[in-house]
Amino acid sequence: MRAFDPDLWPVVALTLRVTVSALVIAAAVGIPAGVWLGLARFPGKRALTAVVYTGMALPPVVVGLLTYLLLSRSGPLSFLEWLFTPNAMIVAQTVMALPLVAGLVMGAVAAVPHDLVRQVRSLGATPWQVRWAVLREVRVGVLFALLVAFGRIVSEVGAAYMVGGNIQGQTRVLSTAVMMETGKGDFGVALALGGWLVVLALTVNLAAMRLQGRSA
Amino acid sequence: MSDQLAYRLESVAVRHGSRVVLDMPEFDVAAGEILCLVGPPGAGKSTLLRLLAGLDSPTRGVVWLRGERFGEAAPVALKRTVSLVFQRPLLLTGTVRSNVEYGLRIRGDEERAARAVAMLERVHLAHLADRPATAVSGGEAQLVALARALAFGPDVLLLDEPTNNLDPARVALVEEVVLADHKARSTTVVWATHNHFQARRAGERIALLLEGKVVEAAPAAEFFDSPRDARTAAFVQGKMVY
Amino acid sequence: MRAASSLVIAAALLLGAGCTSTPLKSITVATTTSTRDTGLLDELLPVFRTKTGIEVRVVAVGTGQALEIGRRGDADVILTHDPVGEERFVAEGFGTTRTEVMSNDFVLVGPPDDPGGVGGAKSAVDAFRRVMDKQAVFVSRGDESGTHQKEKATWALAGIDPAGDWYVRSGQGMGAVLRMADEKRGYALSDRGTFLAQRDKLSLTALCADDPAWVNRYAVIPVNPGRHPHVKHDLARQFAEFLVSDEAQRLIADFGRAKYGEPLFRANPRPVGGGP
Repeated sequence: MRAFDPDLWPVVALTLRVTVSALVIAAAVGIPAGVWLGLARFPGKRALTAVVYTGMALPPVVVGLLTYLLLSRSGPLSFLEWLFTPNAMIVAQTVMALPLVAGLVMGAVAAVPHDLVRQVRSLGATPWQVRWAVLREVRVGVLFALLVAFGRIVSEVGAAYMVGGNIQGQTRVLSTAVMMETGKGDFGVALALGGWLVVLALTVNLAAMRLQGRSA
Repeated sequence: MSDQLAYRLESVAVRHGSRVVLDMPEFDVAAGEILCLVGPPGAGKSTLLRLLAGLDSPTRGVVWLRGERFGEAAPVALKRTVSLVFQRPLLLTGTVRSNVEYGLRIRGDEERAARAVAMLERVHLAHLADRPATAVSGGEAQLVALARALAFGPDVLLLDEPTNNLDPARVALVEEVVLADHKARSTTVVWATHNHFQARRAGERIALLLEGKVVEAAPAAEFFDSPRDARTAAFVQGKMVY
Repeated sequence: MRAASSLVIAAALLLGAGCTSTPLKSITVATTTSTRDTGLLDELLPVFRTKTGIEVRVVAVGTGQALEIGRRGDADVILTHDPVGEERFVAEGFGTTRTEVMSNDFVLVGPPDDPGGVGGAKSAVDAFRRVMDKQAVFVSRGDESGTHQKEKATWALAGIDPAGDWYVRSGQGMGAVLRMADEKRGYALSDRGTFLAQRDKLSLTALCADDPAWVNRYAVIPVNPGRHPHVKHDLARQFAEFLVSDEAQRLIADFGRAKYGEPLFRANPRPVGGGP
């Protein structure tokens, strides 16, 4: 495998597919959850917030182990037959990304001035319209949350190795390939793969900055 | 002044913890009047306006709006007849125009673009319509906030010291626009201000609040020329220190 | 709202794409890193696929983890090198039959200047004692792999309970351990295949070998369908049979000869069937 080896493309493509899928799911659930948590007042909010913040620091290997045990043939979700497939990796990465997205969006929403929320309500907004308006106000924060989550899961190796299995052509992603090539002592290849990982992160960040520039 | 009631407050109290921040055994706002709430900062003016806007519900008692029970849980249709302008402009991300359109947009008004421009013309800011809201000055932003609050034609306009940070010319413009709207549409206006000159210029009826209680509420002439309470007298003479 | 629904559609597409890529006939083999890292499987699997149309998905981990994956029914067949663990695996009913496929041997590798003086050792046990006596750095796999089992057995034979600053429990794969030993100028027990495959990237040399106790036997075991009904036992058995076929055995015997000057594995002289 060289830096532009055709063998590399499936790895890059799978890396993107797995991470983007996990990010899309985490965003679809985490952004509304974060907005809701940031605005709502209810008993037990403190406890729930603590759970979300703990989730943000969940060790990937623990996520990997739990996902493995869940999806294993001897586990409760064995009927899905997802272990050692990209779907298992998507599950693990979603679990890692979700608290990050929800927690960072919640923080951004909580930082919106109370009076701004009151102003929107007093202009006649329904609760859903209030949430939407607040979401628009924190969109830079949302973008940041997605970037942080992307960075965390795209480079994560422990869980990806455990539940994906690093199977060539099927579940080998950039991070597990780097790990494997390093283990084999092929530092050159490992470095090239690592380079692609950096390029990926850079591209996503540049795209996000462009997006942010256009919306501001 | 119309005989019809806009608001009626019955035994209303607002407590924050053990502190009573508002205590109004009975208080009415007539439909179509301009009521000025005066008093020092912390007197309870903002708390009262939040009740009248349906943003909060009282700890005790009932707020009625045109005979319907009003508060946080009131129907959206009823809440949408009221509009509140804050001391700070609190503009949303987007252009000046989109801010003025906001109230119309969430009501699904198809003619919002034209209405927004007409409204901006009334505050002499039509030339800023496509400017980002972040790129206008503080004074301009406050006029945009006023235009936004009036754009959808509310029955009740609530003003929470909107001219505090404005230069005299813009203060005059705000007063002119509010009074013109009141005259054209019989808008009920409740205007909180700590400036007794402004109250004298704009108010048809004045209520002095101190420490959450109404000290005196009377038609403007009576309030300023023959105050019944010593504290009202001190306020109208500009001798109230706060 | 439109943005939200397009997100959901995108998610469905991405997830859906995940379900289509697996061919009709495939099995999962849990194996040790040495079979993959040496490149042996890259040689064998395409031949197997051409013959049978079966795609083999390789999950390469330590032998301990490979056995555990088999035990949980998460693989159809295992290919490992820990005879004791494998016998237990079969005895407990997790595997059907254990078939030896090939062997190589373990070598004690160390820095060329040999600070522990193990070069003159008469046996594996003697070599380990010398390392211990000199408190020379020894990097252990420490991961319950087949190599680690063999290493622990050798320490036990030498009557040594290895502990101290000189004894490094790395918890890593063979390649990583070799490099760690190289960096720390220490010793390590390695399977010959991995060592030969990586020798040109290391300054380590083989110092002690050819002890009969250090034969490294690889065996293939299909997972028992009686324990895990979903496993593809038929396909797994085809894979096991292929590995001991003349064709595969010839490939194994030649593998690495051109590149490293000597073969990395020894074909099995006679396929040994076993199990209860």
